[in-house]
Amino acid sequence: MLQLIEDIGFAAVRFVAELGRITWFAVDVARAVFTPPPRIRAFLGEMFNIGVLSLLIICVSGAAVGMVLGLQGYNTLVRFGAEESLGAVVGLSLIRELGPVLTALLTTGRAGSATTAEIGTMVATEQLDGLRMLAIDPVHLVVAPKTLAMIAAMPLLSALFIVCGLAGGYFVGVALMGVDAGSYVSSLQNAVDFRDDVLGSVLKAFVFGVLVGLISTFRGYTCQPTSAGVSAATTSTVVVGSVSVLLFDYIITALWGV
Amino acid sequence: MADVATAKHTFPVAFDHVTMRFGSRRVLEHFSCAFPSQRISVILGGSGAGKTTILRLIGGLVQPQAGQIWVAGTQIVGLSERELYEVRRHLGMMFQGGALLNSLTVYENLAFPLREHTRLSEPEIAERVHATLAAVGLKDVDHLLPGELSGGMVKRVALARAILRDPEILLCDEPFSGLDPISVKRIEALLRRINQERGITMIVSSHHIPSTMRMAHHVVLLWDHKAVQGTPHELASSPDPQIADFFNEEVHEDGVREPQHTPVQRW
Repeated sequence: MLQLIEDIGFAAVRFVAELGRITWFAVDVARAVFTPPPRIRAFLGEMFNIGVLSLLIICVSGAAVGMVLGLQGYNTLVRFGAEESLGAVVGLSLIRELGPVLTALLTTGRAGSATTAEIGTMVATEQLDGLRMLAIDPVHLVVAPKTLAMIAAMPLLSALFIVCGLAGGYFVGVALMGVDAGSYVSSLQNAVDFRDDVLGSVLKAFVFGVLVGLISTFRGYTCQPTSAGVSAATTSTVVVGSVSVLLFDYIITALWGV
Repeated sequence: MADVATAKHTFPVAFDHVTMRFGSRRVLEHFSCAFPSQRISVILGGSGAGKTTILRLIGGLVQPQAGQIWVAGTQIVGLSERELYEVRRHLGMMFQGGALLNSLTVYENLAFPLREHTRLSEPEIAERVHATLAAVGLKDVDHLLPGELSGGMVKRVALARAILRDPEILLCDEPFSGLDPISVKRIEALLRRINQERGITMIVSSHHIPSTMRMAHHVVLLWDHKAVQGTPHELASSPDPQIADFFNEEVHEDGVREPQHTPVQRW
């Protein structure tokens, strides 16, 4: 019993210490973002890595989720004779919830893990120490552009996911199930509020971008300088990043009703 | 050699009662030592004795639990990362694995720090990069990535990057490790030539006794977490059989037994 209490206490202390470390890390990154010279080329390169290279997975996943929503929504709505509302069901589900959340989870798995592995490998091969010895701040050169790119890319990828999802839902509902095209689009237009739904969706995606960006870079930056350490950090990014996204999704929904 | 109190003012690098531990593992205990200006100092010791740790301490990459370290006239223990960057402008470091940026070509690896810290134009940067590469015996490697170089070439590019900005102090971590005998002699000759031509203070960690005997002006042997210092010949002719054995390449991996007596200076 005493051992259990000791273990819980130890885990709690470790959690708080980790939280403190990532907070200081976030402060360092924020300071680096506003420190000249701006790393525009590095930022654009990271936008390409995180954004452009994720396009395929985001588009395919978005379309697949939209198609499933269209099919499930139609099968449910048709029982009540409300299949004309399919556009609203698909649209609200994607915009308020599934778009930002699934985009964040997919991006964590694809780009977040890659970011951790890349920075972790630089730690293990002393590349970051090499930069320090050249009097170049690795947070400024390597970490800040990656974090900033993740924050900028997440809302854009989420928007793309939603658009592909709406198209997938339209295809299943209108082309396969015979729902009227005008009804699909007009129900979507009437149901979606720009301020509450669209801006709320952007807010969620932005917060998830901050979370995934910080977690993936922090894990890489603080990993053990061994191949096992890099591997553990990469796994940790996916697990901690995914759980954090889901937890913060609940918190944002509960606080702001988004 | 001067005592520790004056060493920190007269030597480019001086350690004063430094204690360094990694968790429960003791590496240095009240370690005091000074490295003479414009000379080649070689740090010797068994595996895990703390050779690389000493170089990392000089660069401020790790912080000791106790003691003071003086680098180029500045006491660096406890300095912030921002303050350390100022001290590192006096230093160059050649890492054991090169530590070159894998995503950049050889040329970009060398040009990058010049773009960061100088106002040189691109033609001037190109001229300086090529002159430095030529100084380490490399040409036509601009476009190659570090992954496309041999071990010896990686070491030479790393050396070129380390001396590119004419540092006062050059730190070399195991420059001969993993190299064939010809490459060892080539790197050794390079280090000696750079020391002679540029008057850079060099601190080299090494396992390689023959090179140490040939190139070192000053040797620091890590023994029982402390420093035993002298010229290579003073240490090699030590009446202490353990130290003499070390120089006969019968390296004691633990390096923990206290030598019975020694004529060379101990700190």
